[in-house]
Amino acid sequence: MTQLNLDQGQIDRARESARRIAHRVFDDMSQFTTTTVERATLRLMGVDGVDDNQIPLPNRLVAHLQEQSLLPHGAAAVVAGAMDEHGLTAQQVAEAVAAGKLVLAAPKNDKTARKSAEAIAAKMCDHIATQRTVRAQQIEKVGEAHTPWLYLIVATGNIFEDIVQARAAAEQGADIVAVIRSTGQSLLDYVPYGATTEGFGGTYATQENFRLMRAALDEVGAKIGRYIRLTNYCSGLCMPEIAAMGAMERLDMMLNDSMYGIIFRDINMKRTFIDQFFSRMVNAYAGIIINTGEDNYLTTADAFDAAHTVLASQLINEQFAYISGLKPDQMGLGHAFEINPDLENGFLWEVAHAQLVRQVFPEACLKYMPPTKHMTGNVFKGHIQDALFNVVSTLTGQNIHLLGMMTEAIHTPFIQDRFLAIQNAKYVFGTMRDLHEEVEFRAGGRIESRAQEVLAETVGILAEIEKIGLPAAIGRGTFADISRTMDGGKGLDGVIAKAADYYNPFPDLMLAGAN
Amino acid sequence: MSQTTTENWVKPYGDTMNDGRVQLSFTLPVALDENAKEAARQLALEMGLDEPAVVHAEDMGQGFSFYVLYGQCKHRVDLSRIKVAKPEFETLDKDAINALIADKMGRKMVFLGACIETDAHTVGIDAIMNMKGYNGHKGLESYHEVRAINMGAQVDSEELVARAIEEQADVILVSQVVTQKNIHLDNLTRLSDLLEAEGIRDRVILVVGGPRISHELAKELGYDAGFGTKSYAEDVASFAINEWIKRNGT
Repeated sequence: MTQLNLDQGQIDRARESARRIAHRVFDDMSQFTTTTVERATLRLMGVDGVDDNQIPLPNRLVAHLQEQSLLPHGAAAVVAGAMDEHGLTAQQVAEAVAAGKLVLAAPKNDKTARKSAEAIAAKMCDHIATQRTVRAQQIEKVGEAHTPWLYLIVATGNIFEDIVQARAAAEQGADIVAVIRSTGQSLLDYVPYGATTEGFGGTYATQENFRLMRAALDEVGAKIGRYIRLTNYCSGLCMPEIAAMGAMERLDMMLNDSMYGIIFRDINMKRTFIDQFFSRMVNAYAGIIINTGEDNYLTTADAFDAAHTVLASQLINEQFAYISGLKPDQMGLGHAFEINPDLENGFLWEVAHAQLVRQVFPEACLKYMPPTKHMTGNVFKGHIQDALFNVVSTLTGQNIHLLGMMTEAIHTPFIQDRFLAIQNAKYVFGTMRDLHEEVEFRAGGRIESRAQEVLAETVGILAEIEKIGLPAAIGRGTFADISRTMDGGKGLDGVIAKAADYYNPFPDLMLAGAN
Repeated sequence: MSQTTTENWVKPYGDTMNDGRVQLSFTLPVALDENAKEAARQLALEMGLDEPAVVHAEDMGQGFSFYVLYGQCKHRVDLSRIKVAKPEFETLDKDAINALIADKMGRKMVFLGACIETDAHTVGIDAIMNMKGYNGHKGLESYHEVRAINMGAQVDSEELVARAIEEQADVILVSQVVTQKNIHLDNLTRLSDLLEAEGIRDRVILVVGGPRISHELAKELGYDAGFGTKSYAEDVASFAINEWIKRNGT
């Protein structure tokens, strides 16, 4: 399709603003670590499992380090020092501490301890790099689908039931399976353990559940000749730990936004900014595609009026992603088809917004979300809304296509809702496969003018955010009409000022090796 | 019933009065074959449909199959005997509500809202409480005779009750969107039990809203009112001030 005429100068200015906005936040936050960053570090060093009260050992160990005032130095060297001194594995150190048999102290020889920590970390990095290679080999061997990839959600609460539904979805045509988390997991300050069969509105993200679903999707993918990507939710109070678990178990995508938790879950701003950096770094190294959550803005703010906040946020998310080592093709920047169906020419504005995002991020793995806000119990109309969404997606070359369900406003999808949603998308994608090559945008027409207008507003709002800083902008309710403060929200107690000798072996290894 | 009412029987309408024609679709957890198709037809018979016809059947893989059916509903109901519970009040506009509060209460009416327990979906409570409102209907924050406090998502019932006491809330407004495995019923019961235990149940007007909430369900759970989809701030506020006047007899 002939591209929209956009002012490249404006795009560059917007991107420059976003870069400075993100770097300022990163610089301000680099003096802190968090409890979950340290727990993720321990998980990556091999600590796993729970105590008799189902409290994860990474939590027990980090709590112990806090009690001993050792956490500001970073968990890695202290634990590596204890491993050397007592001839234990990281897991054995955690078990001994949890059993009250071992009290940790600063390492006797800090230099040796760091060396040991680095060696353990390097071993884990090798494992994750191997998983990355395995993914590439599998895709090579079994093949993969054309984009837009069909993204489907399973959410039964029971991992074994999820597997049945995921396998059926893959057979029917899904390219990506996302396992929605149990409602409320984002606010748990620990990651549950083992295979789980009880969840509400979704299934707990646990490392064992990741492993089970990965194996099931590999099996069905081999059968149907298409690599099926697995997605989970790297958000909430345990972003870094979920990233670590996903990297170890070869997940392919993670919901991983730099601001979503702040805005929609009222998680503390500092906590989120610090956690998103570490979690994205792990995702980058593991070759995982992140998905950002701008689509959510449009569930609270108006999709037409707030279109520029989506683009502004995507540009900020992009810059945070670069800082963590992510490549453009790992950036699943999110947006959505949420304009009120009663708005005249609403479909034109959807095309304008989607094409604008496509052109501003030509290399990104864009994620396009279906209508939710204006879906009703009229499933027949809903099916048509989803069909129009499918048209925009194929016409504007989106990459990750979350399938709309006609029962969106009613319940978690029935198996037949998914089946019909896949048929709908495949029909539209097939019958309109090359339409984008056959039509042009009228120069100076409605669609082009609308895209230019949103771009200009984006430049303006980013300049404004740059002036006051991102935290203040969030405080003003810039995104999604929701306002948050720097010291409000959950999880601030897990933000720890780093000591001068803070040490963590992973950033050096992972940021250098993300390529 | 002492009064005699004229019977008014209804059944579904396809294209002729009382033909009873309905459509339905469902999945069977078996692969598609002729027996499965017949099973789908017999199921429709069991559901009370005469002459059911499977108009579409399709295999879904992994041992599932999908069916679309039409049939004639055998049953009918007498409309004249139906009386659905709904909150009895007239919906006023924002100005009239403000005037009524000022006149009858002589102070601001305090609304405390939250999505309780595990529910993380604030769309509903935000639509009612926040300045912006929803679909052109301004939220309670925009009412100058209302003090609207929106506690947001995943608020513990204990936390909500404590805040209600602290703020001397007139109205507690809870939203429940997630209803999988009926979790909303547990959450709602828990809150109303807690209000009873704290001895403040009678002091507050307790209202629940959500896409799967009806007034009848709300009453069953011991709430004063329930609001489903297509309810706006003015509906909730009209009910609340009406209820307050009823209780305080002014």
